[in-house]
Amino acid sequence: MKVISVNNLTKTFGTFTAVDNISFEVTKGEIFGFLGANGAGKTTAIRMLCGLSKPTSGTGMVAGFNIETESEKVKASIGYMSQKFSLYEDLKVWENIRLYAGIYGVPEKNISAKIDQHLQTLGFEKERETLVKALPLGWKQKLSFSIAIVHDPKIVFLDEPTGGVDPVTRRQFWELIYQAANRGITIFVTTHYMDEAEYCDRVSIMVDGKIEALDSPKNLKNKYSSKNMDEVFQRLARKASRDAD
Amino acid sequence: MLKFLIEKEFKQIFRNPYLLRLIIVMPFMVLLVLPLAANFEVKNINLSIIDNNHSPYSERLIHKISSSGYFKITDVSSSYEKALYSIEQDVADIILEIPSQFEQELVKEKSSNLLISANSVNGTKGGLGSVYLAGIVSDFSNEIREEWIQSSNRITTPSFTIVQQYRYNPHLEYPIYMVPALVVMLLTQICGFLPALNIVAEKEKGTIEQMNVTPVKKFTLILSKLIPYWVIGFAVLTICFGVAFLFYGLFPLGNLSTIYLFASIYVLAISGLGLVVSNYANTIQQAMFMMFFFVMTMIFLSGLYTPVNSMPDWAQFISRFSPLKYFIQVMRLVYLKGSSLTELLPKFFALIGFAIFFNAWAVLSYRKSK
Repeated sequence: MKVISVNNLTKTFGTFTAVDNISFEVTKGEIFGFLGANGAGKTTAIRMLCGLSKPTSGTGMVAGFNIETESEKVKASIGYMSQKFSLYEDLKVWENIRLYAGIYGVPEKNISAKIDQHLQTLGFEKERETLVKALPLGWKQKLSFSIAIVHDPKIVFLDEPTGGVDPVTRRQFWELIYQAANRGITIFVTTHYMDEAEYCDRVSIMVDGKIEALDSPKNLKNKYSSKNMDEVFQRLARKASRDAD
Repeated sequence: MLKFLIEKEFKQIFRNPYLLRLIIVMPFMVLLVLPLAANFEVKNINLSIIDNNHSPYSERLIHKISSSGYFKITDVSSSYEKALYSIEQDVADIILEIPSQFEQELVKEKSSNLLISANSVNGTKGGLGSVYLAGIVSDFSNEIREEWIQSSNRITTPSFTIVQQYRYNPHLEYPIYMVPALVVMLLTQICGFLPALNIVAEKEKGTIEQMNVTPVKKFTLILSKLIPYWVIGFAVLTICFGVAFLFYGLFPLGNLSTIYLFASIYVLAISGLGLVVSNYANTIQQAMFMMFFFVMTMIFLSGLYTPVNSMPDWAQFISRFSPLKYFIQVMRLVYLKGSSLTELLPKFFALIGFAIFFNAWAVLSYRKSK
């Protein structure tokens, strides 16, 4: 079952083509790695899939809804974690969870159970009353992820969720991702860490707004006769002519 | 959904100590300091006197002027030229010249001419000063006339005096006029600026994007920004009533609920304007600048400081688009004259119009996606 299917999706800003005619599909329950150098167009593509940005041309279906005409329905079925930390820093940990649970329509009576459950999964029981701004970066990212899936969405979009996070916390973060995937949530993740790319079921590599390669990490390594994903990425991304922004 | 968003706004407001203090301190500052500073009553006018007569009558006139409290006699000159020099030196604002035949003319011809000459670089001071001075002189002549009538044998021509009665503000006290209007300015500042800055701050932090990717409706989001400031507006208004009563003994002659009713609409209108601005501004700097432009213009056109009726026609026309104007008129009418809602209905509908216009614009111009 396809939860994302994209056809010839394009986004231009003036004369600049950020996303250039991309097409791909993502299956339910998959962990889909969306790789690319800085400025390759990953974030623009994700923002279109989440209904934050309107495509210039092409179509996309996310969770069974058209991203252009049914963007509000798309929004109800997805979770999104932006590149930039965007929880409320002047709210406490539990208050952030409560807010987003409420917004996504989790029934009031289930919310406090939901908060406890998420705090437990995160190992954050002691941080319940902490203001979010007091948390270290890695913890903030874990909390963001937890909140992005608070309403059990069909798909969660993670835009560089582990940027700047230490290796131990990154490992814990990926454990959270696996847990969510095991519950049937499709994961759509961008990253610059090639060890993380190895954890994905399939990865796509974007260069200059186009998808240059799309397959499982194993097949990609074979195809480009590389030892690891890092080499695959180096070979493809070196072709880029566009400057990183 | 709305419930959770409003809950969040209030938590954030109460966690921001500066904001909370400002909301409480501002009414005191504005209502206690501004009526004193922004006072158009003219006092301490420096007067230069040229007394060419030196008679008991001229002495009496000078004494009357100096005891009025408005004038300070800073210069006594022997000639008009010398008095002019004192004006150039900024020692005097107004010259009063008493002619050499003052007493004789007064007694024989029953009239005399005085010369009042005012420095009008500061138009208000010059204009009002000479009016005050002319008033004192005319009082003086009435006094003398009455004395002559009482000493009976001198029957003069019948004279009329104008008895002035200032309705609704009998002593022409400035604070009574200003305080109700300043309350409106205060509400404008708090309820116009805060929601605008709140949304733009969320844009700068990036938290608004997280909201935009949720199924929250535009209308719900806008309401969640409006309602908290609506409540704060009521709190500020209530503090203002208290301050006005405690420090000025002012209590509206009309119904307090009339004011609350108007305020409830007014705050929506002005917050709506703030929200419109926030939709076009991407940074706090831009939002501040735009808000200052609109709010300043609206305050000056509102009749807060200068009566709308004395503005040129084009300015009077523009002033119709200042929601402040309507609410300031309402505040003054309810406070001083005791007007009731039925008399104020046209203004009520005008404010409803503004509220609908700005908020509809705010909802329509809010973009969840680009």
